[in-house]
Amino acid sequence: MNRSALWRSFRLATWLGWQIESNWTDPFLFAIYSIIKPITGAAILVIMYGVITQGRFEDPMFPYLYLGNAFYIYVGSIMTGVSWAVIDDREHYRTLKYVYVAPIHIPLYLLGRGVARFLTGSIAVVITIAAGVLFLSVPLDFSAIQWGLFLPTLLFGVFMLTMMGLLLAGLTLIMARHEFIIGEVTASALYIFSGAAFPLEVLPPWLRPIGFAMPTTYWLELLRRSLVSDVAQAFPTLSILSNAQLLSILIGLGVLFAALGALIFWFCDRLARERGLIDITTHY
Amino acid sequence: MSIPLAVETHQLGRVYKIRGNRKEKVIRKELVALENVNLEVQQGELFGLLGPNGAGKTTLIKILTTLLAPTSGWARVAGYDVVTQAAKIRPLINMVSGGESSGYGLLTVRENLWMFAQFYGIPSREANQRIERLIEMVGMSDRLHTKSSDLSTGLRQKMNIVRGFLTDPRVLFLDEPTLGLDVGASRDVRRFIRDWMKEDLTRTIVLTTHYMVEADELCDRVAIINRGRVLACDTPAALKQRLQREAHFEIETGSLNGVNISMVESLPGVRKAVLSGAKGMVRLKFTLAEEAALANVINLFTQQGVKILRLTKQEPTLEDVFVDLVGRSMTEEEEGQNAEA
Repeated sequence: MNRSALWRSFRLATWLGWQIESNWTDPFLFAIYSIIKPITGAAILVIMYGVITQGRFEDPMFPYLYLGNAFYIYVGSIMTGVSWAVIDDREHYRTLKYVYVAPIHIPLYLLGRGVARFLTGSIAVVITIAAGVLFLSVPLDFSAIQWGLFLPTLLFGVFMLTMMGLLLAGLTLIMARHEFIIGEVTASALYIFSGAAFPLEVLPPWLRPIGFAMPTTYWLELLRRSLVSDVAQAFPTLSILSNAQLLSILIGLGVLFAALGALIFWFCDRLARERGLIDITTHY
Repeated sequence: MSIPLAVETHQLGRVYKIRGNRKEKVIRKELVALENVNLEVQQGELFGLLGPNGAGKTTLIKILTTLLAPTSGWARVAGYDVVTQAAKIRPLINMVSGGESSGYGLLTVRENLWMFAQFYGIPSREANQRIERLIEMVGMSDRLHTKSSDLSTGLRQKMNIVRGFLTDPRVLFLDEPTLGLDVGASRDVRRFIRDWMKEDLTRTIVLTTHYMVEADELCDRVAIINRGRVLACDTPAALKQRLQREAHFEIETGSLNGVNISMVESLPGVRKAVLSGAKGMVRLKFTLAEEAALANVINLFTQQGVKILRLTKQEPTLEDVFVDLVGRSMTEEEEGQNAEA
């Protein structure tokens, strides 16, 4: 497939994804929804934290939890953004077979469909962090942010999550009936095992290796360190590792998961063609 | 250099493995959807696949459009293998499935069509010109800026049909294109298909249908397919010609008074009889080896006190061809297959 066809696949899918993501209501309501949704999500966590710790918001635990939770929005939105396109096109719009018959690159099409969720996710992350800084005294000093660490980590994470989304899209292709929950289940599981809201030490020892095997654990830790370095390193999880070591592990695991994503999608795509699953509908 | 066939299949087969209910200890069973299908469709042909629901037509279309892998044999479209050269086939084909409301509901008709045209690399200006022309041909010019979720099922299907033709494919696959459409809309679609074929004699359409009239009216050649096997393949006229040596009659009556199919079929000179009817009206269609055998049928009816309301001699249709090949009508065959399933 030539380069223009590859670019076309991605560009059109991005356009389509944005139309679907933003056109379900009028622009004003969409803007309100985009602001309120992340704030209410964060508010639930803040209230729970306040009740459990009896209002100790000055404790280093709070920014750890708050920032982890804010960036975790990306995990759900990017991963499910990519895999949900399969469900949406196959089950809801019944267009997946026409997309498959067209001369486009299917993985790039699915990645393009995830871009809209990445954009709306980015808005949610920014709003959540801004609310934390403005109203909850999250100690974020813009002059102290390690941009050289933050930006590459963020971009690599987006790439890694996109490829993990492709992995889920592959599994979604060959699943019937339960494919609707696969994205949510995976995102929820990663929430527990990635140290997003609490250090991995809180988990029973036999469950901790799962967290250490997840690239998202190192990604969130690096993002926290690059934003609020001193506070983040006060926690036991991964504290013995330097930023360079964390980055190396993140790149290693990220590349491994990306390769797995591509491989599993390729395998599932083949299986779906062999089993005749490209145009099955189990819902709607 | 010879022109490659638009479609070619050799010993093509497809078996579905169906996972059963473990509690009932039926772990797996196999469903033969296609068996040894050999077809050749020439470039420029409007080729029909005629058969009841469940005959294997859609499975064949799915294989030819690279959506489904065959389990045996091979198939080529525009000279390319559907499994190993799928990427070369896709720019040359398109497909439309009838009886479904596909399309991105949040997009307008124009946006839906424009996007699919872009998938095929058609420049935006040319795509818009084609959209306007084709949308006008199906009588939907006033709906161009309507969100497709606001369209009726029939209009959505028309939009879908335009989507298939929009990319000017070398081979177009239409899977039951008029399924679910009302009589007027079906007529419009058939006219549209004919006009499109006349525009360029190198265009090819493979059309599946279970409507006899559609196959008869549109197709240059028809393959009659049942239970995954191609039973006959020829022009509609040639297929019907097979039955010309026989005589076909239909009797309409209010009640059969105990006369049944086997009694009719056991009469000398009667080859086949099929019963149908509704609301107090019974129709008996029967095929005779020669017209003289009609007297035997009339005598039977008279002896049993059956009042004949109408007796007509019929020219053979593709339905008669199907009955001749399968032994029962398409509706009976569908019911039989459902009962077996």
